[in-house]
Amino acid sequence: MVNKLAMPKSWNADTKPHKFCPGCGHGIVLKILGEIIDEVGIQNRLVFGVDIGCSLLAWDFFNVDTVQTHHGRTTPVMVGIKRANPDLLCIAYMGDGGGYAIGSQHLVNSAFRNEKIMAIVVNNCNYGMTGGQMAPTTLPGQKTETSPYGRDPETMGSPTLGPEMVAAIAPAGAYVARGSIGNVRQLKRFLKKAVENQIAGNGFSFVEVMSSCPTNWRTNAKQTWDYVEKEMSKYFKTGELRTPDEKREA
Amino acid sequence: MTDKAIQGEKRVFMTGNEALAWAALAAGADIMYGYPITPQNEVMHYWTRMAPKYGKKFLQTEDELSAGFTTIGGILAGKRAFSATAGPGTTLFQEPISMAEMMRIPLVMAIMQRGGPSTATVIYSQQEVNMVTYGGNGEGWRVVYSTATHQELYDYMIKSFNTAWTYRFPTFVLADGYQAKMREPFVMYDPEERGIKMVETKPFVGLPGVPGVDRPAAHLRNTYSVEEELYEALMPIQQEYEAMIDQVVEWEEENVDDAEVIILSHGVVSRAAKAAKNRLREKGYKVGYFRPITLRPFPEKQLQRVAAKCSNFLLIESAIGQFARLVKEALFNVPVSRLETIYKPGVGFTAEELVEKIEGAC
Repeated sequence: MVNKLAMPKSWNADTKPHKFCPGCGHGIVLKILGEIIDEVGIQNRLVFGVDIGCSLLAWDFFNVDTVQTHHGRTTPVMVGIKRANPDLLCIAYMGDGGGYAIGSQHLVNSAFRNEKIMAIVVNNCNYGMTGGQMAPTTLPGQKTETSPYGRDPETMGSPTLGPEMVAAIAPAGAYVARGSIGNVRQLKRFLKKAVENQIAGNGFSFVEVMSSCPTNWRTNAKQTWDYVEKEMSKYFKTGELRTPDEKREA
Repeated sequence: MTDKAIQGEKRVFMTGNEALAWAALAAGADIMYGYPITPQNEVMHYWTRMAPKYGKKFLQTEDELSAGFTTIGGILAGKRAFSATAGPGTTLFQEPISMAEMMRIPLVMAIMQRGGPSTATVIYSQQEVNMVTYGGNGEGWRVVYSTATHQELYDYMIKSFNTAWTYRFPTFVLADGYQAKMREPFVMYDPEERGIKMVETKPFVGLPGVPGVDRPAAHLRNTYSVEEELYEALMPIQQEYEAMIDQVVEWEEENVDDAEVIILSHGVVSRAAKAAKNRLREKGYKVGYFRPITLRPFPEKQLQRVAAKCSNFLLIESAIGQFARLVKEALFNVPVSRLETIYKPGVGFTAEELVEKIEGAC
């Protein structure tokens, strides 16, 4: 029996329990997002875009207008909606593959153009839906299905630092942060500020969330938390990288 | 600022790309999303010059993938949105077009064919027929108008918005670099003054009220979990596509009743075919002319009816059999005495060469 009282109002109770694996970080991120939707009161003007990959499982997660798109293409669909109807609030929700690999050109150029949308990249260091392949964010030495001997930065590159990249290129008014499912209070603060930045129309709003994938990591609960908090945090630092009041050269 | 871009009827002399931009304005298009590629660029050039005067918008994206997906976004927001592209751009556009087919998004595009495969030429061909009719990982749920004149570019660009928003299938004006870049006279008009009512657009997302409270949330997807679920979703789309065919299909035919040979062609090539037919008729040769205007859906019954009278065909196209494949499929199981073909990939046709060819064969 699902306790409906514990759910954010904006959740779609009919599709709970949700479809993510046990121990997946998506549930935590979407819980926080649901609370923010309720608190800020944006359920009636929000368009939630979900990518391909595990994020697509959220296509009916909220009682919010939701569009499931293609791999990496959620950002441009949200940009298109926002440009056509600036009264709507648009959140592009994707994984690290969608954000930093197949859709990286859209993320980079939307940031350059300071599109007045919000993008969330849930970073779990691998491609979860397709069975645990190497992702842009896979850690050095990390074993995946396509880096079975561990990621070798010499030949396979180093983990993509998404927020750092976006923070480096976005014009004034942008909001950029990295949070973690290991610190939900901080993560909620970041996500809420990003939502508010879009409402204010200041500029591009971007939050990466360090998340978990016990299914493909083949980790138990303790190992999963350790991986997020001890291993991932060596490469990915939480914090705000850009706030809208920061001055930038045009 | 005036509401109407075009008032009354106006005879003009301009390029095809300019005609398309004016037609989009006349049709009440709200926003264009695009990425530069020759020979389509001037559609954007004219749109960006005129759009602000009429409260219209434009976004230049980072590539054609983005142009396609932002256009889809604009349509989801309820706007009469469109794009235009060519060649390798059409290749990239297959991904968003495929999503539009699956989700019944009324995407409107002008395709100005250039040489292929790959980068080829920026000038001309009819080599994007396969891609525009049946491209993507789908079933060809598209409407494709292959135009021949600037008047048709203007007429069918306006019509494309109404076809797309009536039937909810991606709709294309399929032209080419020759049509894009040459100037010729045609008549611009306000569609409403001619009794053409523009079909109202409707947002897919952002309707009034709180989703789940005042109205159901829009949960739009293109992904399905199991085979049968997909099958259940697809078959009604196929049925709706088939049910639409008789209302949408268009073709042009002349002198087919007593013809001894019929020239089959589409697009700008059909101008040479028609001119050749007329000249040969003057000389007493019984030549006919048949041209599909919609390549999807194809005027299959109409071509079969013609083939029952005369099935000695000469098919010409500026590609290696892309149009011929559609014709052969339409004529499957119909007795055909002869189907001769002239394939000139990336090269145009003149009436003179066709007159010489047919005269020489008679």
